[in-house]
Amino acid sequence: MDITAYFQSLTPLSLLNRLPAGIAQGLIWGIVALGVYITFRLLDIADLSVDGTFCTGGAVTVMLILAGWNPYAAVAVALLAGLIAGVVTGLLHTLLGIPAILAGILTQYALYSLNLAIMDMKANQAVSVDKFVLMLSSRYVTYSIIVGVVLVALIIAALYLYFGTEQGSAIRATGCNQQMAGANGININLMKVIGLALSNGIVALAGGVMTQFQGYADINMGRGAIVIGLAAVIIGEVIGEALFRKRMNFALRLTFVALGGVIYYIVVEIVLWLKLDTNFLKMLTAVIVAIFLAVPYLQKMSRSSFKKAGKNAQRAQDDGKEV
Amino acid sequence: MSEIMLEIKDVYKAFNPGTINEKIALDGVNLTLEKGDFVTVIGGNGAGKSTMLNAVAGVWPIDSGSIQIAGMNVTGLPAYKRASLIGRVFQDPMTGTAATMQIEENMALALRRGRSRSPFRPGVTHKERDRFREQLKILDLGLEDRLTAKVGLLSGGQRQALTLLMATLQTPRILLLDEHTAALDPKTAEKVLAATEKVVSKDHLTTLMITHNMKDAIAHGNRLVMMSEGRVILDIRGEEKAKLTVEDLLHKFSSVSGEEFASDKVLLS
Repeated sequence: MDITAYFQSLTPLSLLNRLPAGIAQGLIWGIVALGVYITFRLLDIADLSVDGTFCTGGAVTVMLILAGWNPYAAVAVALLAGLIAGVVTGLLHTLLGIPAILAGILTQYALYSLNLAIMDMKANQAVSVDKFVLMLSSRYVTYSIIVGVVLVALIIAALYLYFGTEQGSAIRATGCNQQMAGANGININLMKVIGLALSNGIVALAGGVMTQFQGYADINMGRGAIVIGLAAVIIGEVIGEALFRKRMNFALRLTFVALGGVIYYIVVEIVLWLKLDTNFLKMLTAVIVAIFLAVPYLQKMSRSSFKKAGKNAQRAQDDGKEV
Repeated sequence: MSEIMLEIKDVYKAFNPGTINEKIALDGVNLTLEKGDFVTVIGGNGAGKSTMLNAVAGVWPIDSGSIQIAGMNVTGLPAYKRASLIGRVFQDPMTGTAATMQIEENMALALRRGRSRSPFRPGVTHKERDRFREQLKILDLGLEDRLTAKVGLLSGGQRQALTLLMATLQTPRILLLDEHTAALDPKTAEKVLAATEKVVSKDHLTTLMITHNMKDAIAHGNRLVMMSEGRVILDIRGEEKAKLTVEDLLHKFSSVSGEEFASDKVLLS
């Protein structure tokens, strides 16, 4: 009885009604994914500062809009704040020799205090679309999707152009092969700092946009941003590679990374629609990311491992006995 | 007097100083290369050959002494600030190129060695592409038709040849070759060595080439330097170098150092 009632309550229409909001949010997380892609894939650094900078972007944006700033200008300042936070992580890593992952954790931890301070020592600051002109809002979902798509397209175009320049190439070379980069006169440390700054700037911008979409900034809004960002990067790359295989160029790759955020949020909306306990969403995400990160390693192991070699040797021995 | 391109003066370098693992890798090295010198360097394992090259390249700071390249004192400069003067090819073919980047992107990175990297100028230009195609033809490996292929798809020999080309795209004051054919099969090694001769003689590059192969050390270059225990113990040049045989070399080594040339790897190769 209960089961039938449960299934009857799941109307496709209610899912359809949910999707647009999911897509709008997904686009914003797609921007986060683009930022994470720079450090995780291009620089080969897992940068955890983004958990802090996403909220920094939100905090800066909300306070500036409350102070009467234009929302676009507020987001531009948020981007700047993210850049600075990224520089801090970069200097902790390159100047002080702190491992990149720890440098990111330190910045993130320090940002918690700073974010609270920015938000006037309050854990939550609201900015109502009724009182202020905002870039987008969950109240106007279709419009928000359009703004989201335009923003994502602009960022992809900018990143595509930048990573084709001399400096962008130097950053990619640094992430790929440090010895090669050094031998060709590239200042490796500088490139790492620039990459980290750029990544965190983009993530802070996404935080500023998210704040306007949801109508508030919250001290915990960045929690797990790195995991969701990674999930989006991985989901997008897997789907893109499945569809385009070797024709997957850099522009397509960036597009799919951003789409990864949208797909992730569509899945989230389905989970919500199924009335599953959202408390387990974080665990689900972590499991998905762990699986996708493990796949390349497991594939390699399935081709060649001691276990397999041992089995082959055993089989050859057994065959010898039978003959 | 011709121009001095490289001057290594009383260079000392110890690894893990003050610990039980202390190793004096360079024990007062002196070596001077004149413009156009092609010097082959041989010596047993741990003689300090690679350490000397790394000291010139600026991989780490030296403990004492000085290094001058083309009259410029580079002792206090980190590797990336000396890179404009130096072309390098490493022993491991994977080291000298960026695998996930295209052939033309790798070459463009090398072409900009020692210049600031602008966020506004393109990474590769059309003009450069034509130039790269011409230069890849010299290698005769068919790479000129694969400018946009990822370097990771190339064989070890192809990557090493490409690294060599990249090291000389912008004429270096000194070319450092660190056993750059040791990881290749004999046939490929021969090809890369032939390419080396071509590139070096074309621009009269001043070159330091480490090798484990005595025959190669004798066949190439106008000078041969032998190292042992962090010092240069033999420096053969000109007429004498031209007439040198492997037997001569082994004999000279034992008379200078008072011991047999102990490395099997050197004898067998």
